[in-house]
Amino acid sequence: MKAEGFWEKTVHHVTEALERALVAEGLASRRGLLQSLDPRAKVLTVLLLMVSVALLHSLPLLVAFAFLPLVLSLLSRISPVFFLKRVGLFIPLFTGLIALPALFTTPGRPLFSLWEGLAITEQGLRAASTLVLRSWDTLSLAVLLVLTTRWDHLLRALRVLMVPRAFVLVLQMTHRYIYIFLRSINAMFLARKSRTVGPRPAGENRRFLASSMATLLARSHHMSQEVYLAMQSRGFRGDVMTMEDFVLRRRDALWAGLAGFLAVAAIIADRLLT
Amino acid sequence: MHIPDGYLSPATCAVLYGAALPFWAVAAKKVGKLMRARMVPLIALFSAFAFALQMFNVPLPGGTTGHAVGGTLLALVLGPWGAVVGLSVVFLLQALFFGDGGITAYGANVFNMAIVLPLVGYGLYRYLITILPGKQVIAAAIASYFAMNLAALLVALELGLQPLLFHAADGTPLYAPYALKLALPAVMVPHLLVAGLVEALVTGMVLAFLLRAKMPLGVMPQPRPLKLRWLWAGLGLVALLTPIGLMASGTAWGEWGAEDLQEMLGFVPQGLERLGSIWRAPIPDYSFPGIGPVAGYIASAIVAVGAFALISFLVLRLSRRKG
Repeated sequence: MKAEGFWEKTVHHVTEALERALVAEGLASRRGLLQSLDPRAKVLTVLLLMVSVALLHSLPLLVAFAFLPLVLSLLSRISPVFFLKRVGLFIPLFTGLIALPALFTTPGRPLFSLWEGLAITEQGLRAASTLVLRSWDTLSLAVLLVLTTRWDHLLRALRVLMVPRAFVLVLQMTHRYIYIFLRSINAMFLARKSRTVGPRPAGENRRFLASSMATLLARSHHMSQEVYLAMQSRGFRGDVMTMEDFVLRRRDALWAGLAGFLAVAAIIADRLLT
Repeated sequence: MHIPDGYLSPATCAVLYGAALPFWAVAAKKVGKLMRARMVPLIALFSAFAFALQMFNVPLPGGTTGHAVGGTLLALVLGPWGAVVGLSVVFLLQALFFGDGGITAYGANVFNMAIVLPLVGYGLYRYLITILPGKQVIAAAIASYFAMNLAALLVALELGLQPLLFHAADGTPLYAPYALKLALPAVMVPHLLVAGLVEALVTGMVLAFLLRAKMPLGVMPQPRPLKLRWLWAGLGLVALLTPIGLMASGTAWGEWGAEDLQEMLGFVPQGLERLGSIWRAPIPDYSFPGIGPVAGYIASAIVAVGAFALISFLVLRLSRRKG
């Protein structure tokens, strides 16, 4: 990779993050099954399902759980291709790569012999597929939750997990200001890049990086003071007030019951199967 | 260093959520006291900064790029407890937003990177400025390098303990599949050689810029010098916490431990085998003869912390001689 690669990489990363947020916001406001549920019910049930997946050991059940988010994405008017792409991007890159050597390193009965002494063991195959499947299942549940819930709703729903108000407030503000900073980084990098001809010496690149990071830090501080003054002028006295108007309806109860049943049934079936 | 979902057993996740809880409570209390002051927008904005900081790609020798965590830097700017809150927020947003780090593993990620990293980094910085007066940049860089690698060591221990503690009757690992012997070098080598350097470089560069530009930060606390014994107490606590998963589950030492793996090492890809054998020498099987596995893990952790201390001591000696 060229020495200048960090420009493009940074701009690419930042733009991707901004794009992701826009797409997610669009999907979350569609009219689908999961979008219509109460965010609190959704956060709790998705967590419950994730924990039950983490407890599963049986491969057939883990495979079955891979289809559940797919069906739910269809019912929530999210294209399964888009959904699979988003989940599938992480899995082969991170988990797949990590799971691969486990095929060979796990001691056990050899299944296929590839090389002199290099064999895929039965236990290795099981260990690698369990890791990949479990990661797939939990990640797709998390992605589904994030894609079908508006960010401000999702963060506010964390209150049901006994997260202190101050924490949720910080979370909401952080989330909001991340986009401002991402835009600033993009602007800084593009401005610099458009004034640059040819490759720059590494020392200069480092100085540019250090000064842009420090500028961002100073800007964070400056903005926090302005935000604080704005909060005070609107009557903030340390107590957090939110306009919580979540209402639990019958469909939320139904959904929670169904998900709870599924989670418990899966764990019992797993104990019977293994 | 972000641990995804599915790599840690539910028991380990629960234990690490539990380990993070008291720190969260202290941080919430300390920060809550300052709620009426400017702390809320300050933490929020600096968390957003830390999130953005991880977007910067830093060019490294050899043509690759890496990004920093900014844990020590945030601790220097916000104070250690503000950094705990701020980084916890960052990692939650990352887990939900980027699939970076799991949701069940969130407690583990917070414990490693939002608690141990900033607290150790800050403590070490406070100690280092006593022996390197006026050399804040070098002190911050060394502290962040050390803290980053300690966090990575915890990740390696957490992942490496999984196959020993959680495996099926026939020895198939149920979660992360690599024993300590493989997990330690696989996690530590890139952190010692690359990620730790990026963190040190970024921390040092940004601090140098802030100091030189005399930016009116105002939030930068002037840390009082730290007595060495507090640092050791902190490191000792971390060492004691390492085998916590082992104690919590109560499971016996794995049937297929390091020995079986060693037999199978012929099948390990060459790179892994080479790295694995480098680490085999100092502490075979991560247990010492004559003591139990839990004590063995504690002893291993102490040795590891000692090794880090030795390295930083040598770096210090060198930098002092230069100065």
